[in-house]
Amino acid sequence: MSEHDHEPSRTRVPMPIATLDDPHLGDAAKHPQRIEAIVAALFLVAIVLIAGFGVAYWQNWNPWELGGTLGGGLFLLGFGLTAWGKYLMPQGPFVEERHTLAGTPDERSSMAAALVERSTVVVKRRQLLFGLFSVGAGIFGLVALFPLIRSLGPLPGKSLDVTDWRADTLLVDSNNRPIRRDTLVAGGIMTVFPRGHINDDAGQAIDVTVLIRLPGDQDIVTKPGREDWAPNGYVAYSKLCTHLGCPVGLYEQELELLVCPCHQSMFNVRNGAYPQFGPAPRPLPQLPLKWNDEGFLVARAGYDQAVGPGFTERTTT
Amino acid sequence: MSATSFPAKTKRNAKASMGPYGRVGHIVGELDDRLGVAKGGRIFLDKIFPDHWSFMLGEIVLYSFVVLIATGIFLALFFVPSTTQVIYHGSYAPLRGQHVSEAYASSVNISFSVRGGLLIRQMHHWAADIFVGSMIVHMARIFFTGAFRKPRELNWTIGIIMLVLAVLEGFIGYSLPDDLISGTGLRIGYSIAESTPIVGSYMVSFLWGGTYPGNVIIPRFYIIHVLIIPLALLGLISVHLALLVRQKHTQFSGEGRTEDNVVGSPMFPTFMAKTTGFLFMVTAVTALLGAFAQINPIWQFGSYDASKISYAVQPDWYMGMIDGALRIMPSWEFAGWGHTVPLEVFLPAALFPGLLINLWLLYPSLERKMTGDYALHNLLDRPRLRPKRTAAGVAMFSFMFTLFAASSTDVLANYFHVSLNVTLWFFRVATIVIPIICGFVTYQMCLEMQGVHDFGKRKRAVIVHRSAEGAYSTEPSAPRPDDERVELHPTPVPTRIDVDPLVNMPNGVPASSPTGVRQVTR
Repeated sequence: MSEHDHEPSRTRVPMPIATLDDPHLGDAAKHPQRIEAIVAALFLVAIVLIAGFGVAYWQNWNPWELGGTLGGGLFLLGFGLTAWGKYLMPQGPFVEERHTLAGTPDERSSMAAALVERSTVVVKRRQLLFGLFSVGAGIFGLVALFPLIRSLGPLPGKSLDVTDWRADTLLVDSNNRPIRRDTLVAGGIMTVFPRGHINDDAGQAIDVTVLIRLPGDQDIVTKPGREDWAPNGYVAYSKLCTHLGCPVGLYEQELELLVCPCHQSMFNVRNGAYPQFGPAPRPLPQLPLKWNDEGFLVARAGYDQAVGPGFTERTTT
Repeated sequence: MSATSFPAKTKRNAKASMGPYGRVGHIVGELDDRLGVAKGGRIFLDKIFPDHWSFMLGEIVLYSFVVLIATGIFLALFFVPSTTQVIYHGSYAPLRGQHVSEAYASSVNISFSVRGGLLIRQMHHWAADIFVGSMIVHMARIFFTGAFRKPRELNWTIGIIMLVLAVLEGFIGYSLPDDLISGTGLRIGYSIAESTPIVGSYMVSFLWGGTYPGNVIIPRFYIIHVLIIPLALLGLISVHLALLVRQKHTQFSGEGRTEDNVVGSPMFPTFMAKTTGFLFMVTAVTALLGAFAQINPIWQFGSYDASKISYAVQPDWYMGMIDGALRIMPSWEFAGWGHTVPLEVFLPAALFPGLLINLWLLYPSLERKMTGDYALHNLLDRPRLRPKRTAAGVAMFSFMFTLFAASSTDVLANYFHVSLNVTLWFFRVATIVIPIICGFVTYQMCLEMQGVHDFGKRKRAVIVHRSAEGAYSTEPSAPRPDDERVELHPTPVPTRIDVDPLVNMPNGVPASSPTGVRQVTR
């Protein structure tokens, strides 16, 4: 046996303690047997519930039965354990001294000295080596960013400006059916795509266009210069909100407003989708339409500007 | 050989040879020979944890992270991070025959076909909400009590970084099922990144691997969600806790509590029992929520389709602040010289949160500069004693909350039958006015509280007498049992703790007894 057994670690230290008539003692602490009984009861129910979770899982019961048994069991187990710790374990209050983390002034200056003096000596004597190493490490720091930039994706190029809408592109609905004169009733609305792009990325995200038929069968002029863009009440706008690109999916038929459900920008269909409410900064771009020889609706031309939200390279129109 | 002094191999001899602490003592000895664990281990077992309830908030964060990892591993076994379009043939009838992405189909399958899957998925989502929420409340506790002051500024910084990571992690995880609502959120995230001046379109093109939506974003988000951010969080949590152990806990002032000590319960067994129990309870709450409170029923939303959208599109609550800021921002797009800067997006959704985060990061040094207080602090402040800081904190929280509320302008307008325009302008004004009012009221309340003698202590009832002449006089009532309660003076953790002194001694323990236990309900 070594000396360590006689070290203070095994010496009993007298300390003031509470007696049962001590006013500090709460009810619970005066009756540890009662606490023990309650905790034991909690544990018993917990055992039943957790075993019940096993059964529920084995028998593939409903999710709420799985979670109810698991959650109930774990809660009682945890609650019992916490009560055990709170009422039946040494409570203190105990104190622990806090030792200063900082070293002595000597230790500090010794460390600083080592850093400063050694590095000065090393670097000043070998300035060529240090310079070359710094250049090498610096260049590596730059080229190390390359995978982040050029491996991840292509340069944006014109991809944000150009859609698949061209002159004479056929408008189709989500089932690839072209639009005839009687496809929509007055006040009707539908989503259209350029034929051939319904389910590709661009078709879904940048080409998506909303087609509305306004009441009356006459051509609609939404703005000066758009005299022949909306034949027989059929008006088409980009479905991408100019604020954040959400699909402008709600149509308030009586007010003839397209509403974006994300941030409530409202675009008046009759006056060129001018944003009359909300954070959208620009009108929705309008797609000029005409009937082709077979009586189907086609684009007279592509969009005259980039659709959707703004970005630096977007030219102003 | 039998004549030598080797003792017979009996159980008793084996036990005796192990020393007074048996097998445990043996294992400690073997470990100590190799790693030197005994001295530090003993100190660690005696480590004191303050008993104040508010120290539990950080534990909620930690334990919800444990739940997130456990449930996340389960989900990762079944989730397919791919946007390849498939036709759904699963067990949820209304979706059968529809074109859905693999990510969405696998998420629906986790919900309906994997045994226990729906429960685990909902536990994961609830735990994520609790993770972020308790982190914010924990941060509020640190802020209002001044626990971030020197020497703990680094831990405050780490905490803020973890909060940002947690919000990002939540947003990315929310996007993974590729349902209609999260997909719309992703579209908004894309447009926010796109709005960044000069580099915006490059950022989105690189991250999305080309045009929106593309088919690389879900796999990329998946690896960020299950590996990169959790790894970063794990590392930061380790540093956070290591710093906590190294610097020891803060504490409120009180009997025997000074700048140079910590008062509370020892690590083993008391704190360990309480905190393990708490781990179980936090897990249990997520399980009960997962069982009884539906969250994110993706099968009702449908698979993401960039051309579709649903009504009342709201992000998870912790993104609400940014969404609210986007809603109340006027439509100030800058356009000129052949370029466009969508200030109506970039200012509220990128620049503004960035500035806020930097303000939070810098707060400890700002306060040092403003108060000129460069001292070390281990005792916590009562919030009322620091009226300016408390007012600033309340103003910040009410500001955030107003922005959060502004993210449901459409729902509020609909519910209260007021016009959207009125709601919008209400929030534009409220975002500025409410924080000012809240800050001012808080400041005044702090000053008032400071003037009240014995504030926060229980008041003794007073008996009012009326004499025959009609004069009133008061005298204090007899003390109730609890009134006499004073805080006990703390003692060092005794080298030997008898755990059950009262059980066997119904008449109390003699004062000279060498046991170290006090059973005090607090």
